[in-house]
Amino acid sequence: MLEAQTASRIPLDDYAEVIGEGELEELRALAKPLRGRTVEMINSTAVGGGVAEILNRLIPLAEELDVKIRWEVMTGGEDFFEVTKSFHNALHGEPYHATPRDFEIFRAYNERNRARLALDSEFVVIHDPQPAALIEARKKNGNHWVWRCHIDLSHPNRGVWDFLETYVSKYDGAMFSSPEFARKLPIPQYLFYPAIDPLAEKNRELEPEFIADVLSRHAIDPLRSILTQISRFDRLKDPVGVIRAYRIAKRYFDCQLVLAGGSASDDPEGAVVLQEVLQEAQGDPDIKVLELPAWAPLEVNALQRASTIVIQKSLREGFGLTVSEALWKKKPVIASAVGGIPTQVIHKHTGLLAHSVEGTAYQIRFLLSHPEIAAKLGEHGHEHVKENFLITQKLKRYLTLFLALAKSA
Amino acid sequence: MNTSEMPFEFFTVAHLTRIGNQSAATLAEFLTGLEQCSDASIFHHTFQTLGSHHFLTEGFSNDFAQWALADANRDALAEQLTALDIRDYISIAALRADLCRVVREYCGAHPEFAHQTTLEPFYFCESVEVTVPFGRTATTLDEFRQGIEHLSHAAFYFHFISSRLRLQLRTNDFSHWLADGLGLKALADSVNRIDIYTNTLDSARGKLIQLIDLERRKHVGSTNGEPHSAR
Repeated sequence: MLEAQTASRIPLDDYAEVIGEGELEELRALAKPLRGRTVEMINSTAVGGGVAEILNRLIPLAEELDVKIRWEVMTGGEDFFEVTKSFHNALHGEPYHATPRDFEIFRAYNERNRARLALDSEFVVIHDPQPAALIEARKKNGNHWVWRCHIDLSHPNRGVWDFLETYVSKYDGAMFSSPEFARKLPIPQYLFYPAIDPLAEKNRELEPEFIADVLSRHAIDPLRSILTQISRFDRLKDPVGVIRAYRIAKRYFDCQLVLAGGSASDDPEGAVVLQEVLQEAQGDPDIKVLELPAWAPLEVNALQRASTIVIQKSLREGFGLTVSEALWKKKPVIASAVGGIPTQVIHKHTGLLAHSVEGTAYQIRFLLSHPEIAAKLGEHGHEHVKENFLITQKLKRYLTLFLALAKSA
Repeated sequence: MNTSEMPFEFFTVAHLTRIGNQSAATLAEFLTGLEQCSDASIFHHTFQTLGSHHFLTEGFSNDFAQWALADANRDALAEQLTALDIRDYISIAALRADLCRVVREYCGAHPEFAHQTTLEPFYFCESVEVTVPFGRTATTLDEFRQGIEHLSHAAFYFHFISSRLRLQLRTNDFSHWLADGLGLKALADSVNRIDIYTNTLDSARGKLIQLIDLERRKHVGSTNGEPHSAR
């Protein structure tokens, strides 16, 4: 196990200007009974991926509230991570035949990590399937163990889930990002949303000059409507469907389309999808397909802020935090009703849901012709994120969980 | 200005959402769910959701109505569910009975829709509530005003909205204390009339503070020998 290093600190007090002093006071009130008590968060990677990103922000905030929290990263060989990658895809529903050797590798690395760790904090939070078998180290009448599952378990591969379930059932509770992802389990299951950090580079306020510069670099006209989808080049994000919806809307409204995602150079499937997208976009100078560097938070932020409408036309989605990012920037969002999106986009209140290319095109036309409604959706969306999907709310949810677990004991 | 012998203690509340084992993909299943789900589930989808969606002041009333509108595509049913006002209920049992009656009557009148599959299922969840002291108390109207100003949304919600079930009265913690603790019955009634459906928690708080300020001015006026008047 390695102890993970957390990112540069943003003091808790800095969040007062975003959420208000009363909300900070509330966090302090909730943390007061937990002062000096110990929490351990364990996942399988210190960098990259949404879990590491969230823990990087969450841990320093919890420390400021005098909760003794530490974050540790599970170690494993290449064989372990190959197996867990296959498990991950299988739990998402991909066909996979797990062999006894796969299970053996999984068990062996968990056992090694159990031997290296004290695992004696009062609250132990295990993230995702990789370290799930650490629960075997739990002492009788001991501490509280919870499992945070960040993946969609709505259609899991039966063999892999049956194996994992034997461990998950031993926890005191499990947390999922959507009720749809939960399983029938003998333990309590809670709804835990992912979160965005309003002060991180991807979400903080930007100077208008910087936004103008980003648009100019990509030859995007700031004076015409801009439709944007931010997502990796993946068929499940349906970038080709977005282009088709844009084309229908464009018959009636002058607009541009920006499809921006991470580089597809190290992802063979992504490169194929990117080619499909470029082919679909061919001949239309108003479609900008942008391959951004692996981590370009300020650029993503600028593109979202410059957008007239943000689209997330996924065919399948985990939670879809890009939706919260756009809503936070008061953008009207049109998104598919899949995964965690309907939690963020309450139809006709904080955005519009669509179920097809034609439906998406209709909603684009509707919002372009009703800017006052678009503005109101954006305002409500911002409030919705503030109330439910900010990192401070996530911290509050964890504090509440620890208080509830302590009370139940 | 009066001092109460019984201080008002500010609390805050935090909710965990527990995912239930029930879901509904048709109106008929939805009715069964409403009949069988826990009280904590009815609370979660009505009282609690009003607090967490307080910023929606046009047409959002509870999760049941929103699902009937957006996922079941049944406008008339949604309208009836929206119209159920939680201020009329001091028990979950009474609220559940009315929710069930509305859905049962709708399915009876439109049997063709009762078994139609909805766009998305309704997942019954429930609230697990944790309350902690906010660390403030008030014995005078001035201290009370200060406390109100610094409350979080959840704390304001706890005292102003969900307190009705706790008190089992058609009032809220603030009005209850203003009337019983400070003897300000008229102010208590005005506070209880602030509409929680057409106000956000912030605007409701703003109105409450306005009403308190009006009351304070009356007392300053009376100390100076001026007549009592609500300007």
